[in-house]
Amino acid sequence: MTAMISARGLTKRFKDVEALSGLDLDVPEGTVLALLGPNGAGKTTSVRCLTTLLRPDSGTATVAGADVLADPDLVRSRIGLSGQYAAVDEHLTGFENLVMVGRLYGLGRQRSRERAQELLERFDLTDAGGRPSKTYSGGMRRRLDLAGALVASPPVLVLDEPTTGLDPRSRLQMWDVIRDLVAGGATLLLTTQYLEEADRLADDIVVIDHGREIARGTADELKARTGGERVEIVLADGSHAEAVRSVLATVAVGEVGVEENGRELTAAVEGGVLALQRVLTGVQELPGVEVLDVGLRRPTLDDVFLTLTGHAAETDTSDETAEATR
Amino acid sequence: MSTTEKASLARAGRGPLGALEDGWVVAQRNLVKIKRVPEVLVFVLISPIMFVLLFAFVFGGAIDPGDGSNYREFLIGGIFAQTVVFGATFTGAGLAEDMQKGIIDRFRSLPMSPSAVLVGRTTSDVVYNVLSLIIMALTGLLIGWRVREGVLDMLAGFGLLLLFAYAVSWVMAYVGLLVPSVEVINNASFIVIMPLTFVSNAFVPLESFSGVLRQFVLWNPVSALTQASRELFGNTSPASAPDAWSMQHPVLYTLLWVVLILVVFVPLSVNRYRRATSR
Ligand SMILES: Nc1ncnc2c1ncn2[C@@H]1O[C@H](COP(=O)(O)OP(=O)(O)OP(=O)(O)O)[C@@H](O)[C@H]1O
Ligand SMILES: [Mg+2]
Repeated sequence: MTAMISARGLTKRFKDVEALSGLDLDVPEGTVLALLGPNGAGKTTSVRCLTTLLRPDSGTATVAGADVLADPDLVRSRIGLSGQYAAVDEHLTGFENLVMVGRLYGLGRQRSRERAQELLERFDLTDAGGRPSKTYSGGMRRRLDLAGALVASPPVLVLDEPTTGLDPRSRLQMWDVIRDLVAGGATLLLTTQYLEEADRLADDIVVIDHGREIARGTADELKARTGGERVEIVLADGSHAEAVRSVLATVAVGEVGVEENGRELTAAVEGGVLALQRVLTGVQELPGVEVLDVGLRRPTLDDVFLTLTGHAAETDTSDETAEATR
Repeated sequence: MSTTEKASLARAGRGPLGALEDGWVVAQRNLVKIKRVPEVLVFVLISPIMFVLLFAFVFGGAIDPGDGSNYREFLIGGIFAQTVVFGATFTGAGLAEDMQKGIIDRFRSLPMSPSAVLVGRTTSDVVYNVLSLIIMALTGLLIGWRVREGVLDMLAGFGLLLLFAYAVSWVMAYVGLLVPSVEVINNASFIVIMPLTFVSNAFVPLESFSGVLRQFVLWNPVSALTQASRELFGNTSPASAPDAWSMQHPVLYTLLWVVLILVVFVPLSVNRYRRATSR
């Protein structure tokens, strides 16, 4: 299979920040690659380099058969970009925004209008299509922006954090839209901070941090390396931490994490529910242990980082990440 | 499925005609803002009225232009020139704003002409200048200004004002691409435009300047523009024009500046736009 997106050794430096330090990417035709990483990992910088918005300091890239550095205009005619922040004109209506994009793709007036109407319908924006986009909710604006990326039906789509800031329902809708696009034959590069999202949508995942790859593989491969699901147990006080830890250790893959002065314990496990059951039984047999909460959860980006790098994801905007990984 | 089979609908590299079309699409987008935010228009139209009234009444009675003409009438050409040149600030501000907003990433990811955002912005600002000239002319007529030459000369006068303003728009477009935010643009434009319009014959007759300043005034394109529009409107006699080539041939001299400015600033701005990154 031919690679629709292929990058070799991309680097980009902003003053004292090494935003990209030698990134390689390959996205075979008709597949989805998720670029997974915390705030400041270099996701947007990669996207901007691949979509001709930013010139990498070194490295090469081809997108849909065109060289990003040598032939940026050809690249632009073959990609659709939906950036991290919705790129819509707030004074124009949804319809006008899409018509404008169509005309700038060279579709002609009539074809642009038809295409705008089609896309408004597809993205559930027909009713709002006549209102200035300033009046749209964040989710609507995001959908309008994605619609803008699809105007010319480009074979390659690049979506930078398409679901960040969306409510759970809008997020599910966005996932459906993305799956439809892939079913229609599009090649997709998307960035995300959510392991679950990458798991649901992507064929391949590249985990990046500080502008370099720290892991790559299919969702299953990554999960195998990071130990799949987690059993998490919250205790009323930390005095029994050691006893509970040894119970968890009987089912854990790798080490048991102990946090909050021994009140919160986490272990990667295999065979989810069964492991949970054994933990519960084990803990019940311990005298005087008060369990506040216990449960099974999917690994998050933080877990991936913890297992792959031995440290939590460091970020430059810590509060946002805290939110994202919770 | 191969790349060629699933080709996108887009057409890349559509030549000079495509570039014009792209520029027009962007200009239309800018003009929609007038419809959606009419407050902007009100401001655009009230300030020229203010200029005409303030300058005509503050300076109008104070100075004798020395050639027997009515000073208030003499002043109007200068006010026109000053206002349309100041109008270029709008271009810089509009562009600086565009560069800060997310929409610029959309533009830069499309296979459109790299000049379209600039062509569109400078073109839509011509519309603002046409409106402000109409308003100023009407205000002028109310306070006693008259066109004393033919209709063709009058149209040539307005045409020259618009053309020069268009050229200055490109200068401010470049400044708009350089500044980090919209707030800076007003100050930046003050530095460029204030000396040009005030150290000219727009408000004060040439006689009040001497030495180096006098030479600056004589060769300042805004002086030539002012002189040209006064002559074309019949508000001064070419015979009394100061004895410098620029003042003897004000239309030609202004046109030379228009060409010079465009030749320098169009490529400079387009190049800057290509390299500018948003945010
Ligand atoms: N224009 C710029 N000037 C200076 N530094 C920049 C610029 N753009 C990005 N950076 C820096 O480069 C690094 C990578 O940024 P990038 O935006 O690619 O991260 P990201 O993975 O997209 O993060 P987020 O999840 O917050 O969007 C960060 O440290 C950031 O501060
Ligand atoms: Mg980003």
